[in-house]
Amino acid sequence: MRHLVWLAPLALTLLVGCASRNDLYVLLPGKDGKTGALVVDSEGKKQTLDTPYAAARVKNVGSVSGTTSSEAEVKQDFGPALEAQPRRPVSFFLYFLADTDEFAPESKALVNQIFAEIARRPAPEIAIIGHTDRVGAVQYNDALSLRRAERCRDELIKLGIPKVRISVAGRGEREPEVPTADEVAEPRNRRVEISVR
Amino acid sequence: MRSRLIALTLPMVLAFGVAAAAAQDAGQIKTSKGSAQIERSGQKLPASVGQVVQQGDVVTTGADGSVGITFRDSSLVSIGPDSVLAIDRFVFDSTTHQGNFDASLKQGTLAVVSGKLAKQSPDAMKVKTPAAILGVRGTEFLVRTGPAKD
Repeated sequence: MRHLVWLAPLALTLLVGCASRNDLYVLLPGKDGKTGALVVDSEGKKQTLDTPYAAARVKNVGSVSGTTSSEAEVKQDFGPALEAQPRRPVSFFLYFLADTDEFAPESKALVNQIFAEIARRPAPEIAIIGHTDRVGAVQYNDALSLRRAERCRDELIKLGIPKVRISVAGRGEREPEVPTADEVAEPRNRRVEISVR
Repeated sequence: MRSRLIALTLPMVLAFGVAAAAAQDAGQIKTSKGSAQIERSGQKLPASVGQVVQQGDVVTTGADGSVGITFRDSSLVSIGPDSVLAIDRFVFDSTTHQGNFDASLKQGTLAVVSGKLAKQSPDAMKVKTPAAILGVRGTEFLVRTGPAKD
């Protein structure tokens, strides 16, 4: 009997403890200037967050209350998680002379800048995608675009980037930066995109 | 000569495509601090920088821990101390950008910058907590979940 008296409040605390929560959901302003939206749904009770620092609290499952956070509050509540965020992916574009895997003059210097960006990232992944303009046959351009991508890879390997960190692909003339009719020479389409993350 | 070049390079392109599709990796750990682990089919692995993350993994941190992961669709996901994050599902087609990304934060704190999946389709990314389901409409957001403290 003495045991039961002792257990009853404990059981009650456990029950309440399960139902009562400290949940917080915050929408951040996008770094690109656009703020998206987040729908918080707790057992059918919904709250849509669509302005910077709009927030929702869930104290009990099935009830959501809207609130507003701020830059300072967010740092206090989520500091370590925000500090652990990986660097944002970044893309570079290199341009080529017609029908070759030779860099256009202004692109040659960019290789060192790309190397520096890769060097400061932990466990970097580099995706290189080659493109051509629409001069020449589709199949020929597939091969040319891959050769351009491989040329970029070789330059990065020369600077010391491990080959296993780099993937290459050629997209031929399929994804022009500037749409043109077939057989039109267009320097802006003779490019390689190097994305680093 | 040209046709020979094509004959040589085309199988290379195809082989690369197959290798990429066969990869099980959902993402890679880019930042790691303090005590942090990955639980994968009953085994515990250190959540160190460069370690791959797969569908089905559960990433956990201790009181001094944090982990940041970049997923294949360029989603950035990081957790703070005393956190448990399960990667329930990760499917991403790098050509069409279609697929699904479902994750559950069982406890702790989470920061997300959504990637190509959420951009391609508003229903592609879902984050669950014990109290709520989040629909992600291409966005950056924060989550804290856990029982109330007295």
